[in-house]
Amino acid sequence: MAQSTRATPAQEPWNDPHAQPYIRIENVTKKFGAFVAVNNVSLNIYQNEFFCLLGGSGCGKSTLLRMLAGFDSPTSGKIYIDGTDMEGTAPYDRPVNMMFQSYALFPHMTVESNIAFGLKQDRISKTQTTQRVQDILELVQLSPFAQRRPHQLSGGQRQRVALARALVKQPKLLLLDEPLAALDKKLREETQFELVNIQEQTGVTFMVVTHDQEEAMTLSSRIGVMNAGEIVQTGTPTEIYEYPGSRFVADFIGSVNIFEGRITEDEADHVRIDSEEAGCSLYIDHGVTTTSGAKVWFAVRPEKIAISRDKSDADENCTSGTVQEIAYMGDLSIYHVELESGKRVRVTMPNLVRGVSDAITWDEQVYLSWRPSSGVVLMA
Amino acid sequence: MSRAGYVPLGERVAAGAEPLSRILWRFPPYRWCVTLLQRMGFTGRSAVIAIPYLWLLLFFLVPFAFVLKISLAEALIARPPYSSLFEWTEEAYLVIKMNVANYQFLIEDDLYWTAYLNSAKVALISTFFCLVIGYPMAYGMARADPSWRNVLLLLVILPFWTSFLLRVYAWIGILKNNGIINNILMGLGIIDEPIVMMQTNFAVYLGIVYSYLPFMILPLYANLERLDRTLLEAAADLGCRPIKAFVYITLPLSLPGIIAGSLLVFIPAVGEFVIPALLGGPDTLMIGRVLWDEFFANRDWPVASAVAIAILLLLVVPIVIFQRFQAHEAGA
Ligand SMILES: Nc1ncnc2c1ncn2[C@@H]1O[C@H](COP(=O)(O)OP(=O)(O)OP(=O)(O)O)[C@@H](O)[C@H]1O
Ligand SMILES: [Mg+2]
Repeated sequence: MAQSTRATPAQEPWNDPHAQPYIRIENVTKKFGAFVAVNNVSLNIYQNEFFCLLGGSGCGKSTLLRMLAGFDSPTSGKIYIDGTDMEGTAPYDRPVNMMFQSYALFPHMTVESNIAFGLKQDRISKTQTTQRVQDILELVQLSPFAQRRPHQLSGGQRQRVALARALVKQPKLLLLDEPLAALDKKLREETQFELVNIQEQTGVTFMVVTHDQEEAMTLSSRIGVMNAGEIVQTGTPTEIYEYPGSRFVADFIGSVNIFEGRITEDEADHVRIDSEEAGCSLYIDHGVTTTSGAKVWFAVRPEKIAISRDKSDADENCTSGTVQEIAYMGDLSIYHVELESGKRVRVTMPNLVRGVSDAITWDEQVYLSWRPSSGVVLMA
Repeated sequence: MSRAGYVPLGERVAAGAEPLSRILWRFPPYRWCVTLLQRMGFTGRSAVIAIPYLWLLLFFLVPFAFVLKISLAEALIARPPYSSLFEWTEEAYLVIKMNVANYQFLIEDDLYWTAYLNSAKVALISTFFCLVIGYPMAYGMARADPSWRNVLLLLVILPFWTSFLLRVYAWIGILKNNGIINNILMGLGIIDEPIVMMQTNFAVYLGIVYSYLPFMILPLYANLERLDRTLLEAAADLGCRPIKAFVYITLPLSLPGIIAGSLLVFIPAVGEFVIPALLGGPDTLMIGRVLWDEFFANRDWPVASAVAIAILLLLVVPIVIFQRFQAHEAGA
């Protein structure tokens, strides 16, 4: 829902060569001793973007955010915010507010004064401060807790205070380090909605770290996937999901079936791959730039594979196996099918009707097939 | 000696076959004690809490009772040099004679009042200087590189390795008229006459601040080292400059350390005897010294005990404040 509003080309400044990025990260590396936490990252983020950083634990997301906020300085490389080189600019002089992964709430202050702290630094009038604090407390549903101290709150409540404290100053750039991780599903969805609202109303640029793929998919204008200190791919949620650039990205976002193979035919508009793992020849309707015979991988998402008892006419993109496991998830069912090569394939099927009597069951021989446009060829 | 099948207690406990409590349970005296304590509403947990109380009872309350008893006696030229509190008369009466004259004397004689007030003043000013000097030191230590911290900590504790008395004597060598400072200054031709520093209030303050500084630094350091630095980052992130962040974040959060350190300096400084005796002049009137004089010069144990009790009462005030504060911290 949030995505559809952003999908028009005019709102894709990253595809516009004349657009000025709001944040420009150029070849930034951060080393802790000999350990490289962030490795040669270059990234442009544009005004009014909602940029999500995704990546495994310890891959350098927080470190990147901390460098933007000014707590760590890059070992090498440059960071520009709004066109200004940030080197030597102290955190308190940056037009940035950060929400800490550890919340970093002031333990000796009430919720209210925690949130008002940033406004006080800007010498905003008392009445306005009170008003803004009240508004934001309402937004994060913490009004009854205004007079409590942080240690009297639950984990999720604390997280909301930290979020409110970062939001209330309405900076140009908000850095949120896992802002919603401790909230329950309902509250999380409500807060996500509010974040999008805030962004649309105030035009803040968001840079958000999250572990929640679904959150990243629904909220973000673009996603940056990190691995071991490097940004491996950036793109819109659709690009990342449908056109992953590597096995890591394909595997990290959603689930995927990956078959190893060799290119047998490499044309401009299609490729053929011979894959022992898949047990059939693969035909893909997009070209790749590689030499014939090179080792490549073919990735296809579980929902893009059709499962049936009958063999289709085509020889390509069709293989067979036996059903090992079925998981009924309500809206869909997940089948684990073992191919002749021993490779296990995951297939999901929406449950369109109730209680099908002759549904595919365990140990049945089935045929799997997909269209030439369903999967992607990966070089790495 | 060894019986068949007998396993020593220690091994049985170590083997984890039986918890110690169950083995102890077989011994009747232990069982009786535990049962009695349980009847009285004690549990294992309160036994743990009881240990410090027992300690207090044994080493504080009992001696305190003795001192209180002596303070209510009359001075005698005898051994011990005071009358006893209880006396059996011939008609089998138990007579308790309490002599309040010592306290009356304390109140009436100006000497004690001035000594008390002066002690409190000296202790207060010394505490202030310890804080002003100790806070930056503790702060610097807490912010130092972790590999350096232990070295710095060692340097703070190092003076304790020599006797306190020796260190005070060393100050005499430094401060006296033909001491190190005066000799150097005169040798350089900066002064012609030695500056009189010994036997002045200045020397007393110097001695107390020097001697008690570690007691200020250590709790402050313990507190400041624990301070979560991301709080300062958060403050900076919200637009707060470092000096303001110190005032609004570091200082309030280090308040428990400030209070603990101040009391650790103030309380012993009030009763300090050695430093005013060695470094102070005849006009440095401090209650610890008065106490010493009563005991050893006048051999008036009852008055000396009364002075001691009065010091204690004087110190109850800051201690209660401290307790209140701690309770407030814990409950807040
Ligand atoms: N101050 C530091 N000194 C040494 N190593 C550090 C320091 N801060 C972070 N690291 C290391 O840098 C790497 C990246 O840390 P970072 O906090 O950025 O991870 P992250 O992506 O935020 O992980 P998570 O999702 O678990 O929060 C980790 O391996 C971490 O151990
Ligand atoms: Mg992190």
